[in-house]
Amino acid sequence: MLEIKNLHVKLEDEDKQILKGVDLTVPAGEVHAIMGPNGSGKSTLSYVLSGRDGYEVTGGEATLDGESLLEMEPEERAAAGLFLAFQYPVEIPGVGNMTFLRTAVNAQRKARGEEELSSADFLKLIRQKAATLKIDSEMLKRAVNVGFSGGEKKRNEILQMAMLEPRMCILDETDSGLDVDAMRLVAEGVNALRSPDRSFLVITHYQRLLDHIRPDVVHIMADGRIVRTGGPELALEVEQNGYGDLLAEVG
Amino acid sequence: MMADTAVLAAQVPTVEGKARPGDAALAARLDALDLPRGGFTRAAREDAAQRLEAMGLPGARDEYWRYTDPAPFNAARPQPVELAVDETTLFTGIDRLNLVFVDGRFDAEASDALAAEGVQVESLAAADAGADHWAAGLYGRLETAGQVPVKRPFAALNTLVAAEGVLIRVTGKVERPVHITYRRSAADADVHLHHLVQLEEGAELTLLETGSIGARSNVVIEADLGRGARFHHISAKRANDPKLGLGHIFARVAAEALFKSFTLSVNGSMMRNEAVIDIAGDDAVAHIAAAVLGDGDIGRFHHDDTVFVTHAAERCESRQVFKKVLKNGAEGIFQGKILVKPGAQKTDGYQISQGLLLDEGSQFLAKPELEIYADDVKCSHGSTTGALDETALFYLRSRGVPKERAIVLLVLSFLADALDEIEDQRLRDDILGRLEDWLTARAGNPGKASPGKA
Ligand SMILES: Nc1ncnc2c1ncn2[C@@H]1O[C@H](COP(=O)(O)OP(=O)(O)OP(=O)(O)O)[C@@H](O)[C@H]1O
Ligand SMILES: [Mg+2]
Repeated sequence: MLEIKNLHVKLEDEDKQILKGVDLTVPAGEVHAIMGPNGSGKSTLSYVLSGRDGYEVTGGEATLDGESLLEMEPEERAAAGLFLAFQYPVEIPGVGNMTFLRTAVNAQRKARGEEELSSADFLKLIRQKAATLKIDSEMLKRAVNVGFSGGEKKRNEILQMAMLEPRMCILDETDSGLDVDAMRLVAEGVNALRSPDRSFLVITHYQRLLDHIRPDVVHIMADGRIVRTGGPELALEVEQNGYGDLLAEVG
Repeated sequence: MMADTAVLAAQVPTVEGKARPGDAALAARLDALDLPRGGFTRAAREDAAQRLEAMGLPGARDEYWRYTDPAPFNAARPQPVELAVDETTLFTGIDRLNLVFVDGRFDAEASDALAAEGVQVESLAAADAGADHWAAGLYGRLETAGQVPVKRPFAALNTLVAAEGVLIRVTGKVERPVHITYRRSAADADVHLHHLVQLEEGAELTLLETGSIGARSNVVIEADLGRGARFHHISAKRANDPKLGLGHIFARVAAEALFKSFTLSVNGSMMRNEAVIDIAGDDAVAHIAAAVLGDGDIGRFHHDDTVFVTHAAERCESRQVFKKVLKNGAEGIFQGKILVKPGAQKTDGYQISQGLLLDEGSQFLAKPELEIYADDVKCSHGSTTGALDETALFYLRSRGVPKERAIVLLVLSFLADALDEIEDQRLRDDILGRLEDWLTARAGNPGKASPGKA
């Protein structure tokens, strides 16, 4: 599904190399986790994959189902099935959550040559999905993320994911700032979406989320590279010993 | 129009001694116009002639005209401008009393009957044939008061030369808005209109203005709000009309009354709107807002809002909300003042002006001013100029919203505070819909409405 080969990325305006040869493959139906110290480049990887400005790819490639992602506009990547749950969801005053989601859902359907959802169908769908994430309808009426608590913003990201039904979901620290119950809701939201033709890349610092979302593979990122890849036990190792030993091992 | 130059022209710029540089321009300006004789307005017109003579036309060095060149408004005649398709669909789905003006002349045939409950509506030209009228005490009165401390020569000029306008006297709570629809048939029409609105105690009215007034227009509204009256004014002139426009709204707001004015401007070439609001009675409210979209690509775009709010009573609230979206070399200006007079305690004054620059060639200039002579007041003002929020744009696009559509959403989001000043939801939705159509069309979506509406 997602294939990243030897990806090198620097900042556009600065002479600063952030990704220094990332290799990563996420097959269809699998859940992969990325852990790694602060500043190692995890968010940068997620932004570059989804097409944010400000970065320059200096080498390597990234494909989704064999199609090169890096030349596409962000909206094209979304239509191709890529989704990023932001580490810091953005507040957009004056744009209603509903309007935003409906515009997004229908734009993607249109881009894929599918029929747009009617207002009634859209409403039914969003009410149902919001209910499972315990997002009340009052929150849906508000402007996008404005006045939402940290945890509400993260749940709103998962709601968007549930509505858009992407095939490749990248979650950037969706667990940080969540209380125990919210974490369970988010994990259930993710698990409900798991299917043989949908993959997840879950960026996290904590083992806790991975208790709920059982990853197939865990990667450790350090200084712009994937330095270790293993099973769920790798996350436990990080939880217990920190990164010191792991990084010392790889040198 | 009746011309009686003999009476008035004699009083115009022949100041004894040395002539001022602008005198010849003012003489030429008046020469090009028909000066109405005036019935009940006659004395007011004579006074206006004297005021104008004393003030002269504004010069480029005039502090109040620092950001806007008055030359096109000083010129004796406007440049002819092409006639855009006359199509006004804004507010047409709403039950209203429609008054049509063509090139500044009232068109009774095209208008609704001037009869409605709780409100008296007349054309100024028709009423001004007679010597007695309820409006005799109002015509030019608020304009005169508004000349201090800042002079507004074009408003005095308007009082002097405007032959037409609407006279509205409201005695009850009027549900049906009065809608003034402007149309243009001549390429070089130089139009002066003077509207009067008198709201008696507890009266309510919504006044709408749409359409295209003239190649050059000078419109004055004097609105006198009695105790507890409520007045809503919404102006949305035709988009993409390459006109020169000058507007003044003078309002006097009595105790417990509410005044709200909202203006939408979409392109055009050069506009200056002045609002002079005198909050005269306790516990009154005055809000004035504008949403402006300017694209220098369609033609020169320069839009100036100049606002002067005076608090002269206790516990009053004023709000100024001005938002301008500018691109392709468009210029947006805001000069806004809040004056709190001695004794106007517990004043709550607020002012925000913001420019959203869609490219680097455009500019937004703001000159906010607070002058406060009371000690127990809450006044704040803010002004920002910025580009589109790149992070928000990326967030929307990452959800699959195409870039053009995402920009439309962000522009609407930027304008939201100004649009929220329109209380009536039908009117707000109508404006919002038109704005969205226009933005979408400009974003290059050929499937949407042509940019020529409203
Ligand atoms: N736009 C930018 N300008 C300057 N530095 C940047 C920018 N984007 C990323 N960086 C730098 O690149 C490095 C990687 O940042 P990134 O946000 O990808 O780390 P991360 O692994 O997500 O960290 P965290 O775990 O704290 O979220 C950091 O040193 C960061 O300061
Ligand atoms: Mg990060």
